[in-house]
Amino acid sequence: MNASVVTHSLTLMWQGMAAIFAVILIIYFVLLLLGKKKKKADK
Amino acid sequence: MSFLLDGVMNTTWQQLVMFAVGAILIYLAINKKLEPALLLPMGFGAILVNIPFSGAITQTMAGIGEVTGILDWLFTVGIHAAEAMPLLLFIGIGAMIDFGPLLSNPKLILFGAAAQWGIFATITCAALLGFNLTDAASIGIIGAADGPTSILVSQVLGSKYVGPIAVAAYSYMALVPIIQPFAIKLVTTKKERAIKMPYNPRSVGKTARILFPIIVTLVAGYVAPASVSLVGLLMFGNLIRECGVLGSLSETAQNVLANLITLLLGITIAATMKADVFVTVQTIMIMALGLLAFVFDTIAGVLFAKLLNLFSKNKVNPMVGGAGISAFPMSARVIQRMGQEADPQNHLLMHAIGANVAGQIGSVIAGGVILGLVPGLL
Repeated sequence: MNASVVTHSLTLMWQGMAAIFAVILIIYFVLLLLGKKKKKADK
Repeated sequence: MSFLLDGVMNTTWQQLVMFAVGAILIYLAINKKLEPALLLPMGFGAILVNIPFSGAITQTMAGIGEVTGILDWLFTVGIHAAEAMPLLLFIGIGAMIDFGPLLSNPKLILFGAAAQWGIFATITCAALLGFNLTDAASIGIIGAADGPTSILVSQVLGSKYVGPIAVAAYSYMALVPIIQPFAIKLVTTKKERAIKMPYNPRSVGKTARILFPIIVTLVAGYVAPASVSLVGLLMFGNLIRECGVLGSLSETAQNVLANLITLLLGITIAATMKADVFVTVQTIMIMALGLLAFVFDTIAGVLFAKLLNLFSKNKVNPMVGGAGISAFPMSARVIQRMGQEADPQNHLLMHAIGANVAGQIGSVIAGGVILGLVPGLL
């Protein structure tokens, strides 16, 4: 076992999850916006 | 006449093991119907490449020199050069996906992010077992529950374990109906599995359906540029489907293109299943780690749903979080079945489908993120 590889894997974990959540959260807010636009159009 | 026996005399025990592996894959594909479109070509390909002096792979022949084999050529052109096959397959997959259930309930997209934790947990486990970072990351991506992404990431990172990783990814995708119930029951009670979720979908307009793939590509591209080829081609396929003016192209992408690439992808991956690199202790470790990745994915999704429930009035059935993986639609069906086992009146299918398509987006983003981050850590 190489300790630095394990450390890098943990760095990859937090950076990777942060990046994925960043992308997904932006998409989530875009989806909410698209939904609102639709509601306005319905009115 | 001794040349007649050259093949038999040069057969190694590792090649015999690979014949058995090929036979098992063919058996699973035909008798158990486990991902037959991939496992059958891979199984037959495993036999093709392990016949001594096989003409299907590149050989050096006395007096002639190097003779390129078709499977090595397909691998070089179709996968090694620019990952063309897995990427083109994403156009077909994108054309097959209906993001409607996700667009009508945006909260479900969060599960597509949470369930990717299994990838990173598996990378750490692989590192603990002594794999270097590129191989560990390639093994972890089995947790994307997405065959083409696993092949692409492991190939781009230059892992020598592309074959075992592809076999693990497709085998465990087929085994989702067995793996996920086990993992879900580890972290949920029967009362939690019986939680009902009302289904009141809001209508989704055509404009939203068209804008969605374009916006996802832009967002993913700016935050994780390495994901552009994966996300972009997936969303390109979806745009063809949703635009409403390319019906015949959409149909071609869903059927002809996807089938053709799938047919070639399976047998091409077999080029990496040569006995000398496949019959190793590492292959057994990769198969075990792949299983772990699917379990971690499911548990992460379920626990994230439980976390959301702490802050939400409308409770989510935690099992829906477990559907945030890319194995579509198997995972959604598993959640629906388990919900009905807990309470016959519990209908979770549409929620689980929403989380499941979110998992398809999450897995390609995860693949791109890994490709973007790993080189910086080497």
